[in-house]
Amino acid sequence: MATVVQPTDRSGRSRAVFRRPRATTGVWSWITTVDHKKIGMLYGVTAFLFFIVGGVEALLIRLQLARPNGRVLTAEAYNEIFTMHGLTMIFLVVMPLSAAFFNYMLPLMIGARDVAFPRLNAFSYWVFLFGGLFLYSAFLLGGAPNGGWFGYAPLSTKLVGHGMDFYALGLITLGISSTVAAINFVVTILNLRAPGMSLMRMPVFVWMTFVVSFLLVFALPVLTVGLFELFFDRHFGTNFFQVGGGGDPVLWQHLFWLFGHPEVYVLILPAMGIVSEVLPVFSRKPLFGYPVVVFSGIAIGFMGWGVWAHHMFAVGLGPVANSAFALSTMFIAVPTGVKIFNWLATMWRGDIHLKTPMLFSLGFITMFIIGGLSGVTHAIVPADYQQTDTYYIVAHFHYVLFGGSIFGLFSGAYYWWPKVFGHMLSERIGKWHFWLMLLGFNLTFAPMHILGLQGMPRRIYTYPDHMGWNVWNLLETVGAFVIATSILLFVFNVIRSRRRAQPAGNDPWDARTLEWTTSSPPPPYNFEEVPVVRSLDPFWHEKYAEGEDGRLAPVVAGGAGGEGPLAEKDGPGGHGSMNEAEGHGDGGHEGGHAIHMPSPSYFPVIAAAGIPIIAYGLLYSNILVVDGVLTLLLGLYGWANEPSAE
Amino acid sequence: MRRTKARLLIALSAGLVLLLSACGGGLPQNTLEPAGPTARTIDRLFDPVFWIAVFVFVLVEGLLVYAVIRFRHRPGAAVPVQVHGNKRMEIAWTIAPAVLLAVIAVPTIVTIFSLYRTPPNALTVEITGHQWWWDVKYPSLQLETANEIHIPVGQKIFVKVTSYDVIHSFWVPRLAGKQDLEPGKINHLTMEADSAGTYLGQCAEYCGTSHANMRLRVIAEDPAQFQSWAEAQQQPAARPPADVLAIMTGASQPCGGCHTINGLEADGFGGQIGPNLTHFGSRTTFAGAIFPNTPEELAAWLRDPPARKAGADMPNLGLSEQEVQALVTYLEGLK
Repeated sequence: MATVVQPTDRSGRSRAVFRRPRATTGVWSWITTVDHKKIGMLYGVTAFLFFIVGGVEALLIRLQLARPNGRVLTAEAYNEIFTMHGLTMIFLVVMPLSAAFFNYMLPLMIGARDVAFPRLNAFSYWVFLFGGLFLYSAFLLGGAPNGGWFGYAPLSTKLVGHGMDFYALGLITLGISSTVAAINFVVTILNLRAPGMSLMRMPVFVWMTFVVSFLLVFALPVLTVGLFELFFDRHFGTNFFQVGGGGDPVLWQHLFWLFGHPEVYVLILPAMGIVSEVLPVFSRKPLFGYPVVVFSGIAIGFMGWGVWAHHMFAVGLGPVANSAFALSTMFIAVPTGVKIFNWLATMWRGDIHLKTPMLFSLGFITMFIIGGLSGVTHAIVPADYQQTDTYYIVAHFHYVLFGGSIFGLFSGAYYWWPKVFGHMLSERIGKWHFWLMLLGFNLTFAPMHILGLQGMPRRIYTYPDHMGWNVWNLLETVGAFVIATSILLFVFNVIRSRRRAQPAGNDPWDARTLEWTTSSPPPPYNFEEVPVVRSLDPFWHEKYAEGEDGRLAPVVAGGAGGEGPLAEKDGPGGHGSMNEAEGHGDGGHEGGHAIHMPSPSYFPVIAAAGIPIIAYGLLYSNILVVDGVLTLLLGLYGWANEPSAE
Repeated sequence: MRRTKARLLIALSAGLVLLLSACGGGLPQNTLEPAGPTARTIDRLFDPVFWIAVFVFVLVEGLLVYAVIRFRHRPGAAVPVQVHGNKRMEIAWTIAPAVLLAVIAVPTIVTIFSLYRTPPNALTVEITGHQWWWDVKYPSLQLETANEIHIPVGQKIFVKVTSYDVIHSFWVPRLAGKQDLEPGKINHLTMEADSAGTYLGQCAEYCGTSHANMRLRVIAEDPAQFQSWAEAQQQPAARPPADVLAIMTGASQPCGGCHTINGLEADGFGGQIGPNLTHFGSRTTFAGAIFPNTPEELAAWLRDPPARKAGADMPNLGLSEQEVQALVTYLEGLK
């Protein structure tokens, strides 16, 4: 199968394996693309489809629990569904949705033409897609993972069937995707910022991407180690978690949560970044205390490593460990609280436009406050002895990850939609979507606090009639369907707005950052001329001049009266204002656009395909492992011998 | 107009009260109704933190709602003054929560240590979790039972927990918080009941198929009653009639392979996989405390255990109806 490789050295056409793909439209253009914007859209669409799937799983869970002694699902099916709901929403929805925004927006926000390694970027998308499909193929191959997303050993090593193998190999695959993507973003942020964009002039969203990428690079290897040990225990007779062989099941918990808690910040920081972009635009004021917001994000990134054992207060680590992790958990609330106060101050005395993106950001803050406060109550260790593993916890993390992350991501979707697609989403439907989702969300998850305190544990597929939990459970199920309705409204909005496309223009929100200086949607090369940055919020300062007293006056286009940092830019280079920049090619080539963009490639998708083949091989046939390795090597070989652009 | 509004408000709040009280009654696992010192200590620590959280919630959400209403866009509004930050305020709202948390931390840590202490003169109970039931031993009384833990009222119980297979978590919400059961490790907690009664609990760590069906009961009785219960439990089981014994030993998988019946060890009833059946008939529930211990329920169970409890290890023994009835009579007679 590897005979296609015919290295030639003629005429700089290089050692190509295949003829270079040339499609710019149609399916092949998407499969071979290395454009960060197209990859971002692929991430977004794929993650949204998984969101629908994970949502259907949530509805099944709620149907089963709507009444006592529910019969919608069997115990076995329920355990698979709740496990897959968690895995899906974390690894296949919130992470890749964040990655969609990282991919699409980050190069635009820092004034770059693409990410540092475009083909690697395509590779991480395809590994993500194949990893997700691999995980879901378990349903067709004898049963999905059923040990919970947390996969506690020794249950996870003892469960029969291949479910937990799909879990281990699927998460390792997805981990490869995220690690590769994270490294790509770190390098991009460090190296490809537009001239003048110092670190402290980066948009907060870029900062949060930066922090998240570091968290991923350091956290995923810990999980990978745990997953390998789990797989080895299941198949090769190792004893990492087997008490009988001298192993320790609690080791898994340390490994898992040492990954798992930074992971929580991986899930929430991107949404915090989005909120930090949206609030200033719709309050028409700069972010209050930008350095503090940035540093609190970094502080969360560091402190996130010191709190993992608060998932383990009932494990019996002893009073000293429990006290230490209680303290660290309490104090991670401080930088989080600081962000909230800074957001409030951003809105204070602002000119607040309650457009849909702003509503979702406000939804984020209001819901996240609840999730944050209930989080502090977990740090009260004795109280956590009661709360842990109950619906109180389920309420808490849904307030953080749904009320927080998902609201934040929807805020980003509504905010950047016009940039990505060139047309606006309907404000009217958007507002219905928001209010309905807020209502449904609170109907579903607020009662879970009460149920948890009333003694309802998590992960039970049924409960008897006499526990006094019936009313709240029924209400929660109703709420879940209200959420589902709101999501359908969003889909309707997307379809309808596409039909009656209202052109958005470059800058529909009167925004502040570089992505709004280019056309909507942006050209493949993003910026005709790489922008020069002289301040935070460069685009805003180009549009408005700020006086000593903080009062603004619009800059007259092309006028000489500008006082803002960017308005004085008519320096030696003689650039026009950024959004009117015309025609000078990169590096001053004469006429035309001599912008070198990376060319499409087959190899990322080929290399990525090798990984799930290896995974299937490990479960079913050694020959498949060999095939998978050869596919991976073929992809990497062709990749290595192909110039990035030609 | 105003009056109808007021009436509506009264009706609404009455409805809410009704709804809440409907939920307030009959909550056998309510952590907010502690029935013993351990759970009460936790509740008393949680209470002030809850109210502090409510205060912070009202304050911050109030500020947010106020800001959104007060500063919302009005037609013709000028671009607001561009404020970039304020060091003093930012320092203030960094320190204030830190101080608040430090205050909360003190009683938290004190309570962590006080709950961990081994109480003097406690009655020790050893609990071993199995998928999906609880083995209960009283080492000082030399007796063993399952799923139902009898304790004397007003006596501190030192509960030592471990697991036979996977990780479980012992939880009787009205008496104490959770403690995980881990194979190869012995954890402990202390609990005590103020007054006589049955306190429900269940496994709180996901432990496989029938995690939801791993329930337990703590039956608190006055010390004299407890004493007589213990004495009865210490007796060996009544010997079954020969025909019943033949069913039990002659089944495709003999009962004694998994179950112990004290007094019948010589007949092969020394298994450690399933619950000890010595005084099965004295228990109010069975199979992880999910079925009431009635002849009908027991008969249904014996006909096909996995059909009654998902994933149950006990197989369908293919017993005839007569055999089922004979076993029910014998087992229910083991008081």
